[in-house]
Order: sequence, then structure tokens, then C-alpha cells
Amino acid sequence: GLFVWHLKNTGIRQVPCRFVHLCRVANDRLITFQYFNFLKRMYVTQYNKDLSQRAKPKSDSVASPFRELQQLDQGKKVIHKIRPISPVHQPLSETSSRNELREMKSAAETDESVTPVRAESKEDRQWKEMKLRLDDLPGVLARLSKIKLTALVVSTASAGFAMAPVPFDLTCFLLASLGTGLASCAANSINQFFEVPFDSNMNRTKNRPLVRGQISPLLAVCFAASCGVPGITLLTLGVNPLTGALGAFNIFLYTCCYTPMKRMSIANTWVGAVVGAIPPVMGWTAATGSLDAGALLLGGILYSWQFPHFNALSWGLREDYSRGGYCMMSVTHPGLCRRVALRHCLALIGLSTVAPVLNITTWTFPVISLPINLYISYLGFRFYRDADRSSSRKLFFCSLWHLPMLLLVMFTCKKSFLEKEDKGDLLGGNHGRAMEIRLP
Amino acid sequence: PPAHSRKDWIGPPDKHSNLRPVIFYVSPEESPLERRLREARQEAQACDQCFWARHNRAFHQEKEEFIYSRLKAKGLEVRDETGQKATLNAEEMADFYKDFLSKNFRKHMQYNRDWYKRNFTITFLMGQVALVRALRWLRWKKKNV
Repeated sequence: GLFVWHLKNTGIRQVPCRFVHLCRVANDRLITFQYFNFLKRMYVTQYNKDLSQRAKPKSDSVASPFRELQQLDQGKKVIHKIRPISPVHQPLSETSSRNELREMKSAAETDESVTPVRAESKEDRQWKEMKLRLDDLPGVLARLSKIKLTALVVSTASAGFAMAPVPFDLTCFLLASLGTGLASCAANSINQFFEVPFDSNMNRTKNRPLVRGQISPLLAVCFAASCGVPGITLLTLGVNPLTGALGAFNIFLYTCCYTPMKRMSIANTWVGAVVGAIPPVMGWTAATGSLDAGALLLGGILYSWQFPHFNALSWGLREDYSRGGYCMMSVTHPGLCRRVALRHCLALIGLSTVAPVLNITTWTFPVISLPINLYISYLGFRFYRDADRSSSRKLFFCSLWHLPMLLLVMFTCKKSFLEKEDKGDLLGGNHGRAMEIRLP
Repeated sequence: PPAHSRKDWIGPPDKHSNLRPVIFYVSPEESPLERRLREARQEAQACDQCFWARHNRAFHQEKEEFIYSRLKAKGLEVRDETGQKATLNAEEMADFYKDFLSKNFRKHMQYNRDWYKRNFTITFLMGQVALVRALRWLRWKKKNV
């Protein structure tokens, strides 16, 4: 990942040390932003840095920071691997590239962040023709639909499907995933359509396609319609009407409630949490066709997860929110922000305990998930008490791996419906056999 | 943008408003509908530019004043020994952010309403223009076939 990317950009080798120094001296926040910008560049294609907006499925940023973290780990691993190359055989290019890597490693984030930002800003300063190029179109649409976030939304819906106590139906699963994905693309596109001037003013979102004029608003709306309508139709007709209704409702909630509310009241966070909680419910209803307690529990887990995730994230973006006019708890009610995050970390423990009661998982689930739930609660408590940047970042990054791990553990502890059926069969079988004996 | 170009051109973000200016291409055969669209877009651009430039300038100015007053209250100078500008940390700035947001709330509400209205109008006009162009093209195709 990292190594390959850097070799590709060997044109921009010489990063003046002075610049690196400046970056070191610069504001901590600036480095962080550039660091994240760099991680953004690590992706060959577009990348949605949704750190500033809500990080939740179907809204923003969940995917990006999560993936960033993964890539970073990979990058670090690569660097470590390159180092032990024997110094005997050293062609010039290898040396220079290794030097670059060493330089990079020593300057760590700052150095890396400088190069891509400079390359990007050079491109940025040019005037561009507002013409839609067909070969750019896939990239532009991927960024418009926040494809990585959509992928995460689809995976939470799949988790909901997988946890449902019914035999696994592959066709239904694929249709549900596709429908959810299309609905998410539509919702994200409309969200970007509504937020152009605000996105331009926030560091995280200023490179979105509509902001950069890479696509016209009309085309964005048409794309949204051409994703949303087939998506919801697919869910309604191909899966079941309940799932379709939930999908349509979620699109409405996200685009017409959450997006405008972001600028009106802090209650947007709660609405957004519901938006994030609906996809797993959709997965469940796709499998079973009904809204059981299990669906609500899964939705509840995702709902509670949104708060530590988003509140921690928004803590570092208060300046951008304040200037951009976004009403977020972290700006207007900081105490509430931290309290709610902690409260919901603890709620996760409670919800995990309810899961076996509802026969969704075995009792091993609350036991195994307790360590990770306690850890995130601990970080939530630290955030509540310290209220500083480092505790908020720790909580945010923890939330990124906490959710996939929790869902994975949940799946492995899933109470097999076969168990129940077997018991039933056993009794029924015996009965049947007994009957057979009596009635030849 | 080159003189012979027949497309709109979009530039780098403005220093104050962070919005990207667009230079619109005025076609000699511009229909009244297309002219309405272009004028709506120009007007919207001007409004947005004006609002955000003013708003961002006010933000930076008030932020400087806040930092200055806080530093004064603490008995510190604006620039320390090395000549670097002293800054407040995020927790101290939080009061300013909260204040600024609540002060500008009504302004944002008004802007939001205007922005949504303008956005919908422009997109709708774009749709009309696209439809008219498509019909014209179909008619031309039919004539030639």
C-alpha cells in the first residue's frame, strides 16, 4: 500500500526539510488534518473523509477512518519489511527510495502528509473545464455516493441478516444487500447535493465532487433517483415490502430530517443514530419478514454505538462546525456530549446482556464481549472526565474496531435455530416412531 | 479559461469564501430559458460568495479578538519570546466556538432557507433546459432520418 503509492509518486521526491520543520511546529490540528489527508491519498481512488460529519452508517465517515487505520497498519508493516533489505545489493533507485522511506519514517506523519497535500493543492489551483468526462465518471459517482460508507452500511445490514434465526437464503441475502447499497448511494448523493456550500467550507469535505464542480447538481439528483428507485423497488418486490418501507423511510430520514437538522438543532445526532440503526433491522426483516425483538436489539446496539463514535469524532472538529453553522453537541453542550457518549457505552454492555435473553445468542456472548465493551466504556469514561483531544481520539479509534468485533463475536455466538429444532425433532421423532410402531 | 471554450469553467477555492467561482459560457444562441438558468446561477454564486466571505472574515476577526482578550486576561502577550503567535488550546477556544455559533444562528437559518430555495430552483431549471435540449435533439434526429 504505502510503499507502492510512494514509488508511484517518485516525481515528488524532494520534500524540503524546512517544510517538514514548519509542519512540525505547526498546529497539532493542522498536522492531524494533513495526516488524514495523506491517508486519504493512500487510496488510489477517491476517499471520503467523513471525519467531521457523523460517522455512522448511511451518513458519513464510518468507512473512511476505519479503512484509514487499516491502511496505516499495512503501511507501517511495509516500512518495517523494506528496512531489513541487505545493504550489499543496492541499486541507486533502491537506495533513494529507501532513503525516502527512512525519511518518511522519521518525519512520520508530517512528511507524508506534506507531499500529497502539495500535489493536491497544485492541481486545485488550476481552472478546470466543467465537462463531465466519461472515464472520470465511476470515480466521481463513487465519491458522490460515499461508496466506502455504503459498503459499511451494507455490511451492517448483512450482519442483521446473518443474525436472523432462519435458514440462510443466498438470493434473498444478495438482493437485500444490493437494495440496501443502492438506497444508501441515493441517500448519500442527496445529502451531498444539499450541502455544497457547507462542504466547501469544511476541511474534511471540501474535495467532494459537487464542491469541485466535477458533476452538475442535476446529474447528482438523477443519479440518486436512478439508485434509489431501483433500490427500494428491489427491496419491496424482491425481498419483502417491510424491508422496502424501512429503506425508503431511512432515505427520507437521512436526507429530509437529519441533513437539514444538522444546521438547526443538536437533536440531529439522535436522528442520525436512528438512521444508522435501521440497516441491520432491514437485514433482519429481509431474512425473517417481520420486526422481531431481535431486529430491535440489533438496531439498538448500532444506535448506542453511534454516540461514542460520533461524539468523540466531533470533539476535534468544533472549529469547523462552529464556523460552518452546524449545531452539534460538542460545540453547544460539551458536557452533554461526553455524558451521552459514556451513557451509550454502558448501554452497549446492557444490550449485549439482553441478547441471550431474547434467544439471539448464547450466554457466551455477553461474557466474551464484556472485555471490549468494558474497554470502550473505560475510554468513554476517560473522555467524560478529561474532555480533551487525546481521549476523544482514543475513543473514536476504539469505536472503529469495536463494532466489527462485537458483530463478529455476536455472529459466532449466534444461537443456532437448529438447536431448538433438533430438540423439537427429537421429541417429535420419538413420538413419530412411537406412532409408527402402533400404526403399521 | 480559453476564449474559444464553449463550456463553463470552475476555478480554485476563493480565499475568503472557500467557494469555487464559476465562469459561465454565454452561448450566442442562448434561449430565454437558458438565460434564466445562467442568471440564476450567477446570482446564486454572488449571494453565496458574499455571505461566506463576510461570514468567514467575521469568524477570523472575532477569533483573533477572543484570543487577544483571553491572553490579555491571563497577562500574556500576543507574541511570545520567539516571536510566535500565542494560541489558546482547544478547550479554551470552545467557549468562543459556542458563542459564535449561537450568535450566528439566525443568520444561518436565513441563509439555509435561501440556499435550499436557490438550489432547488437552479436544479429544476437545469432539468427543464436538459429536457428541452433532449427534445430538440430528438426532433433533429427524426428530421435527418
